[in-house]
Amino acid sequence: MIAEATVLPADSAAAAPDAGRQGFVEFVDVEKSYDGRTFAVTLLNLSVARGEFLTLLGPSGSGKTTTLNMLAGFERPTGGVITLEGRSVDRLPPYERNIGMVFQNYALFPHMSVEENVAFPLSVRKITKADVASRVGRALDMVRLRQFGDRRPAQLSGGQQQRVALARALVFEPSLVLMDEPLGALDKKLREHMQLEIKQLHTMLGVTIVYVTHDQSEALTMSDRVAVFNNGGIAQLGSPDDLYNTPQSSFVASFIGENNTLEGKVERTSGKECRVALDGGGSVAALAIGVTEGAPCHVAIRPERLKLAPASNGANALAATVDGRIYLGDHQRLLARLENGQVLTVKVGPEATMGNGEPVTVSCAPNDCRAFPADAGTGGSISKTGE
Amino acid sequence: MSALEPTKLDRPRASRDWSAADSGTAKSVAAALRRADLGDRLRSLALAAPLLVLLALSFGIPIVLLLSRAVYDPTIADALPQTSQALRGWNGTGLPDDAAFLALAADLRSNQAKGTAYELAKSLNARLPGARSQVLKTVRQLEAADRPPLEVMKAVPFWSAPGTWPVIESGTHSVTSFYLLSALDLRWNGDGGIERVSPEQAIFVQVFMRTFFVAAAVTLATLILGFPLAYLIASVPKGLAAILIVAVLLPFWTSILVRTAAWTVLLQKFGLVNDLLLWLGVADDRLDLMYSRIGLIIAMTHIQLPFTLLPIYSVMRTIQPSQMKAAYSLGAKPYTAFRRVYLPQVFPGVMAGCLLTFILCLGYYITPALIGGASDQLISNFIASYVNVELNWEMAAALSFILLVFTLALFGIFARILGLDRLKLV
Repeated sequence: MIAEATVLPADSAAAAPDAGRQGFVEFVDVEKSYDGRTFAVTLLNLSVARGEFLTLLGPSGSGKTTTLNMLAGFERPTGGVITLEGRSVDRLPPYERNIGMVFQNYALFPHMSVEENVAFPLSVRKITKADVASRVGRALDMVRLRQFGDRRPAQLSGGQQQRVALARALVFEPSLVLMDEPLGALDKKLREHMQLEIKQLHTMLGVTIVYVTHDQSEALTMSDRVAVFNNGGIAQLGSPDDLYNTPQSSFVASFIGENNTLEGKVERTSGKECRVALDGGGSVAALAIGVTEGAPCHVAIRPERLKLAPASNGANALAATVDGRIYLGDHQRLLARLENGQVLTVKVGPEATMGNGEPVTVSCAPNDCRAFPADAGTGGSISKTGE
Repeated sequence: MSALEPTKLDRPRASRDWSAADSGTAKSVAAALRRADLGDRLRSLALAAPLLVLLALSFGIPIVLLLSRAVYDPTIADALPQTSQALRGWNGTGLPDDAAFLALAADLRSNQAKGTAYELAKSLNARLPGARSQVLKTVRQLEAADRPPLEVMKAVPFWSAPGTWPVIESGTHSVTSFYLLSALDLRWNGDGGIERVSPEQAIFVQVFMRTFFVAAAVTLATLILGFPLAYLIASVPKGLAAILIVAVLLPFWTSILVRTAAWTVLLQKFGLVNDLLLWLGVADDRLDLMYSRIGLIIAMTHIQLPFTLLPIYSVMRTIQPSQMKAAYSLGAKPYTAFRRVYLPQVFPGVMAGCLLTFILCLGYYITPALIGGASDQLISNFIASYVNVELNWEMAAALSFILLVFTLALFGIFARILGLDRLKLV
């Protein structure tokens, strides 16, 4: 899709992938409060490696955008230290940080042409005219918009505008690029296309990208690592499959991907496993993630881990009746009502035909059930600001 | 608009037209669409009709009628029919022949008989200072009828003075450039050329210059005060912004006369401003702020501030904070970001605000009348004086016309520089 000849020379691309594998960007005990009472970000510790694609994922008000703004220099932390390549950026204004940034609304300058927009970061750096022209040309080639150079941003589509914003944020060869929900305003199809394109640019240029989104599928698709934010702190940090397969809290389990949650009480724990008595009757065996005996808990099960089959070798089996079937083309979602009244979503093949009221047995391996404490949070106070 | 782009307004018609397009008559679709559009336009025009009629009756027609008086003045021609006739063959230099003198004498007598001699004297006086007493004196002597009319006319030196007959001759033409030229301190000389009037008679050019200077100074002052304030209002949270806007608009809701009167209280020699300046030690003595240029500019700046500020504010409000953030993140220092990203985007608002204030200042009347001194009267004060005191509507119309032309020219230049569509007045 992107020609070899149009590759931007990025200084960071030369660095060996593993050489800078630690602490390109470091957050140490960073805090931010807007009103002096509540914290938008609390005791944040985060390390971003050189060349990494790290996503900050979380619901509105979870502190991810505040974190990004502190890194960009638009907000000052009320506590803690942020370092960039080993230097504290505490006293560094945003225009001296040399960080590229892409905004949700693109923030293209409407009074300038596409070329002038892309040339802007070069022209404020006192680069010679000829040099500016060739670098702008290459950057526009990179996003395949060279023929639109003299248009105004308003004459471009959303996707094109976003590509101009990308070119503008990359043309001055920053080693770190921040993206604040850059695809939020695009429709689904274009968004998926742009995800791919951004990912390709990342691989090609070797820049470090910190990406903010509230779209979990976007985070899973693009990232090397994802930091899931909740209530001003990181709930879990890990690779996409870590987060999906081994969530460490009820919040992460339900925020990433689709999830069934059964409510109950821990009957007894034994090693890694525990037995949970479900509210309203029945019980399941599950992996114990920080639960204590006798405490209320949530059991999280992915829809695709549930089977419509009798239990075999120690699996959990639950009797249920079909409550509805949702056809999705390549698969179907079956709503199964347990005898205790709780409802599970089961992923079944497109050929399944059971009707409402039909009795079924839903089963799953204890390893696919994760029991979390019911009051699972991440610690840290609730904040209302931050987005 | 192409035929295949139905507007929102005529969707039902457009859907009917599609069937026509199917049958292969795209041309008739276009025609039908135009008809539909026309109907909508006529309906909306009908809604606006009362306003248009009101504007035409109360605004358009009076202005045209008044301005036409600047170039159309039939009073002299009507009053001097025989003189008009007699002067037809005159070449305009030197004195006309005796027939013209006799004709004028006859006209003067007939005016006296009709009781319109005073009117005539006044009209002539408007063009020829001092003519009033000469006309009335001559009329009295003609009435006495103890000498032949020609002898009476020749005995009054005024009628043989070099400047008199060209003015009478120009007066016999109903369409005249006399007032327009006077409004620019110009006149016809005896040889058919245009010359400046003598320095002691010249006033209007100076008054126009003064008016433009005061308007420019007030515009600059409101911009300097208003721009940062607009920026502040645009950047604070909504609730506070609403309070600040009310604070800006509050004086706006008070009558201009009240505000001007308030300034006379503040600015007078023993007023609050002088008290304050003395107390602060800024001034050694009480300043003459009242009846002075500086007092006038202060009061007008206060009154005009919202006019400059609001268009600027309304544009600033539309600029996303991310614009400046983007500029910073791309490496622009605050001043560069302001100059290259912020200022170009608020420029149409700045231009609109300044233009609005400048043009409004050109028409200021009450404030200069109450706060300005004799040498601070603006062109509107002269126009008002011609209308109310001198009853010389022709001169008032001529000054108004010149002011209107200057204003429109200025607007044209602004619009040319900026493009009318980019001028964000609201």
